[in-house]
Amino acid sequence: MSDAYAIEARGLSKHFGSLVAVDKLDLAVPRGRIYGFLGPNGCGKSTTIRMLCGLLTPTAGTATVLGIDVPGDAATLKARIGYMTQKFSLFGDMSNDENLQFIAEIYSYPRRDRRRRIDELLERYDLADRRKQLAGTMSGGQKQRLALACAVLHKPDLLLLDEPTSAVDPQSRRDFWAKLFALAEAGTTILVSTHYMDEAERCHRLAILDRGVKVADGTPQELKDDTGMHVVEVLADDPFAAQNVVSAVPGVVSVTQLGIRLRILIPDSIAEPAERIAAQLEAAGIPASTALTSAGLEDVFVAVTLKPKQAAA
Amino acid sequence: MNSLSRLSAIVRKEVRQLSRDRLTFGMVVGLPIIQMLLFGFAINTDVRNLKTAVANEANTHLSREFIAHLGQSQVADIRYRVASPAELTELLRRGRISMGVHIPHDFDRRVVDSDRAAVQILVDGSDPTILGVANQLRSMPIGFDSALATPAAAAAVAVRPFYNPERRTPVNIVPGLMGIILTMTMMLFTAVAIVRERERGNLELLINTPVSSAELMIGKVIPYILIGMLQLALILGVGELLFDVPVRGSIVDLYLAASLFIAANLALGLLISTLVKTQFQAMQMTVFVLLPSILLSGFMFPFDGMPRFAQWLGELLPNTHFIRLTRGIMLREASIAELYPAVIALAVFTTVAMTLAASRFSKRLD
Repeated sequence: MSDAYAIEARGLSKHFGSLVAVDKLDLAVPRGRIYGFLGPNGCGKSTTIRMLCGLLTPTAGTATVLGIDVPGDAATLKARIGYMTQKFSLFGDMSNDENLQFIAEIYSYPRRDRRRRIDELLERYDLADRRKQLAGTMSGGQKQRLALACAVLHKPDLLLLDEPTSAVDPQSRRDFWAKLFALAEAGTTILVSTHYMDEAERCHRLAILDRGVKVADGTPQELKDDTGMHVVEVLADDPFAAQNVVSAVPGVVSVTQLGIRLRILIPDSIAEPAERIAAQLEAAGIPASTALTSAGLEDVFVAVTLKPKQAAA
Repeated sequence: MNSLSRLSAIVRKEVRQLSRDRLTFGMVVGLPIIQMLLFGFAINTDVRNLKTAVANEANTHLSREFIAHLGQSQVADIRYRVASPAELTELLRRGRISMGVHIPHDFDRRVVDSDRAAVQILVDGSDPTILGVANQLRSMPIGFDSALATPAAAAAVAVRPFYNPERRTPVNIVPGLMGIILTMTMMLFTAVAIVRERERGNLELLINTPVSSAELMIGKVIPYILIGMLQLALILGVGELLFDVPVRGSIVDLYLAASLFIAANLALGLLISTLVKTQFQAMQMTVFVLLPSILLSGFMFPFDGMPRFAQWLGELLPNTHFIRLTRGIMLREASIAELYPAVIALAVFTTVAMTLAASRFSKRLD
């Protein structure tokens, strides 16, 4: 069982005074896969990652990371995990080569293989012609590649990435994910937190966190199939007027405007949702075309983060 | 073994960054030299050439001789001659002079009678140092030639100035300045070095690596110990060359004392780094410690003259004890063993500050 999973957590909780940052989190991250944490800022993503690498002591619950209990032998664990921070955290006044040298030294990477390993990484992460450049003078995408190179230098079994692409343009993000897939292919387990839907979509598995509680867990496809909601799309010339009408339709849980389109979530217990909405719009005299469509990850996110509010209401 | 190589990696990284930070590197070398030159030449408690005005109402041969004598004494620099004491007060109030000399019209008779003061000196007493200098003038002899001179009463108390017979201020200032410069650089550099890593996020990366907090703290501190030793050598060199400040005691003792003092300041710097969030706050805290280190440590004013509570505060400052050590070793040829109370105080200070810093440093991660 524990061989199949890189991370297993049960009832993991962290309280900061009266604030519950993470609440009874159960987690099973399969080896060699990319596992995503999706959630808004302050939902407990970073806190969870910090508990898993032994930086924070959980208030309650247990976790096993790479077969090691945390918090326990943090020193052994740190040698086997790579960590990439949200903010660029390498030394801006040192060159790429010097940064990698430093990381190799503090991870006690075998001295005679160091040069070869660093050259290999500079090559792989397209930094070979920038080895003498000071890290602080590089672009966001280049800094991020350096950070990834440093995080994987000691060949960790588990890579923890805390919102790694928050300061990077879309093209660099695509390249970055290609590198992550290559790492996963080679057997590295990757836990990545994000608040970008397109990034979450790329993960093998995904957990959605909302105010410290895990509200969904599965493959992106499973999550989309399992929202318990119909998704209706409305195309209207006057989306604002249409929104007022649609919001009043009984059962409608959420209406999101995307340009002249409206995306509407309505529980799948309600039959013929598109027709109901079309009828209401027609009665109000608003010209619009209505169609049932399939759920995207954004819809999943809206659906699962709405649930607790509904329960409370 | 791994621990040692990690430590050396951090030390080398720190030195590399320091060598690229031109301003800081310049401060390491430039600051002691500039401060030495500045304060060594500027601070002078042996005051001369006070701006003076004279109102000579007697205008006799004797009074003119007295004024000439006064000018030659180098204490007074006679700038104005006025008619009345009222004008003296006026000049004093406007800040044009520090001292006004009033010679009354019956000056000659007063000199002969010698039961009343012959001359009145008005002093800007708001500066006690000037007042003290003016008081020296009381012992100036006045007389018609030497025959009529009032015989100076034999002094009841004789003062023999030990250790600094020429009364040169740098001899007193330089050993103390050593403490001030080391306090400033050691405390500030350590505090800023750590806070900067936290601000830039480097610390978040480092605490996720196998580097332990002890390795990190020691690794960051070692380069600054070496810098402190270098600064000490610079100060001693400049002191010897330019100001002829002696090192009468053992140089080994002096470096021992300095090591203790540097350790105390680094511990304090580490403690500050755990208390503040930004480099700016670190600098404010440093100034907060630095000012009393200048004013209450015995560097500027004699420690014995301070009120009791200020002395207690002074005892809490490492600089107070270091100044006792340096003045003892450099000027009075004392050995470090003879000055053991200061050694103990520094050791206790370092231990307490280090313990506090270490406990706060590990808490930071949670």
